[in-house]
Amino acid sequence: MNRLDRLFQEKKQEILNIYFTAGYPGLGDTVKIIRHLADAGVDLVEIGIPYSDPLADGPTIQASSEKALANGMTLDLLFQQVKEARQHTDIPFILMGYFNPVLQYGEDRFFRACVHAGVDGLIIPDMPLHEYEQVYREKLKHHGLKISFLITPQTPEDRIRKIDDLSNGFIYMVSSSSITGAKTAIQASQLEYFRRVQAMHLKHPRLIGFGISNYETFNTACHYAAGAIVGSAFIKQLGQGANVPMEQQIHQFVQHIKNPVEA
Amino acid sequence: MSYTVDTQGYYGPFGGAYIPEMLYHNIETLRRNYLDIMQEPAFQEQFRSLLKDYVGRPSPLYLAERLSAAYGCQIYLKREDLNHTGAHKINNTVGQILLAQRLGKTRIIAETGAGQHGVATATVCALMGIQCIVYMGEVDIKRQAPNVARMKMLGAEVRPATSGSKTLKDATNEAIRDWINNPEDTHYIIGSVVGPHPYPDMVARFQSVISEEVQWQLKEKTGRDHPDIIIACVGGGSNAAGIYYHYLDRPDVRLVAVEAAGLGIHSGESAATSVLGSAGIIHGSKTLLMQTEDGQIIEPYSISAGLDYPGIGPMHAHLIKSGRAEAISITDEEALKAAYHLTRIEGIIPALESAHAFAALDQLAYREGDVIVINLSGRGDKDLETYIKHLPDHE
Ligand SMILES: Cc1ncc(COP(=O)(O)O)c(C=O)c1O
Repeated sequence: MNRLDRLFQEKKQEILNIYFTAGYPGLGDTVKIIRHLADAGVDLVEIGIPYSDPLADGPTIQASSEKALANGMTLDLLFQQVKEARQHTDIPFILMGYFNPVLQYGEDRFFRACVHAGVDGLIIPDMPLHEYEQVYREKLKHHGLKISFLITPQTPEDRIRKIDDLSNGFIYMVSSSSITGAKTAIQASQLEYFRRVQAMHLKHPRLIGFGISNYETFNTACHYAAGAIVGSAFIKQLGQGANVPMEQQIHQFVQHIKNPVEA
Repeated sequence: MSYTVDTQGYYGPFGGAYIPEMLYHNIETLRRNYLDIMQEPAFQEQFRSLLKDYVGRPSPLYLAERLSAAYGCQIYLKREDLNHTGAHKINNTVGQILLAQRLGKTRIIAETGAGQHGVATATVCALMGIQCIVYMGEVDIKRQAPNVARMKMLGAEVRPATSGSKTLKDATNEAIRDWINNPEDTHYIIGSVVGPHPYPDMVARFQSVISEEVQWQLKEKTGRDHPDIIIACVGGGSNAAGIYYHYLDRPDVRLVAVEAAGLGIHSGESAATSVLGSAGIIHGSKTLLMQTEDGQIIEPYSISAGLDYPGIGPMHAHLIKSGRAEAISITDEEALKAAYHLTRIEGIIPALESAHAFAALDQLAYREGDVIVINLSGRGDKDLETYIKHLPDHE
């Protein structure tokens, strides 16, 4: 069974997904980061493919991508590292990346490499929905890969329904109209959107991402969805360097998101 | 074969809208409405009247006699340099500001390379009393200082783009991010025939006034409505799209697209996209772009800020790949030489971008007596510092 399917079957709430950029802060850190995240009790990891022009990303993820590329990250190396990480844990892996590197690598070759490395799902934010429907839906199904599409506060209801119909993974709810980046609080207008989508009773589970940075925002998001995704806040933490060993740093970060009282 | 956009937003294999969901609503609204709005009689009337009385159209079609004599053919210059604000860019910004108003938008953002599009956007925003924010690469802010000052005087806020090569590509990224963050009140006035559908088609239509005029102007002057050859520089490709537009389906008119070779096509410092590029996605459009094997976008280089872009519009990718248009690449040095030549022989200081189009005359195969129209897309005031720096080489 696909590890994502299994996760969503076994766990219906407070799912924690952590995003990081492969090759950041160090080129060889990918395997370590995934292992520590898994050990710390994260439910799934989203591995970012660094890209030169990440249109939907704020300064933190942009800077991590730039650094990862300067470190020498490539898709081939990324697949090697993910494959190695797969030996150490059975939590689901998602690759998140822009469409252009996938096209240059060759879509079929990319999908095969994903399967070979133990990747379970994909997020390609600039892949058009109709192109997925016409070209990639069958291919992904054939490879047993899941794909998640984004919805935003501006996405009309009929389009949300369509995305729900076409998706085979979770629905990625972008928490507000914005690029990625840590925010400290969730606004009332966002709650209204969370409630509106919750009331649609979609077929697929929803995870809320963008601006989820701490216990409060994670906890709020979890009231309205199966869980949430933390990205920029984690990358910021990694970027603060190693006064403490990375393992301890990651354990503390995850603990603070999940339950600061016990931490 | 058709060279204009199809119903799905493609030019052959190029075009489309490869955008994250955060942009979908605005792009879709634009796609559903742009043709209807542009065809409204009231819109057309306002657009035409501003082009005439505010921009100063029609721009002259000038027979450059001494230049013609030097090359043994008849060379006409389409004088977009004489437009208000000094380039063709204003044709598009006048159109888009009227469209933005009809969409109920109250805040305008734009990207700019040479600063001409930024100035043209700041100008129409001042005219309409709308807030204006222009993203410009840090490198370009330095090399196009006069245009930065103009934008500020016009009341626009100029925000530096500090990522990547700090030029046009990065300014465009920043403008797109701004639009994601401000989806309700903001319209993004893209300055060239790039970006997701419907931008390439919309901008081409606004610029198509150029070839519409050439048709009757040439008829008046020569008795026939079409030239043998049209030459235009291509950054994103808006001035080229505008001057090609009414001749796209006239195979007897040769279309020449002039790209910036920078220090030389294979020097590693170039912006000759059609030679160095391959199919991929940039700024929401499938087109030719300069990229690594791994699909990372390569930072381009040209002395000309307006041509310093690693892609070309999808229409041009299709025109070049299908053989409808010929591509020529011109180095910094050749462009500077052509700029000095035009200045000394005709008394016209061209924009560095336009100078690339003139340099193509030296590489082009043509017959004696051919009628050639060159799009003189802008004037060179903004480039004086660069020109003066290179003056000793051309004395
Ligand atoms: C005078 C002039 N010509 C040409 C260009 C290149 O743009 P495009 O290829 O869209 O015409 C610019 C861009 O700034 C410009 O200022």
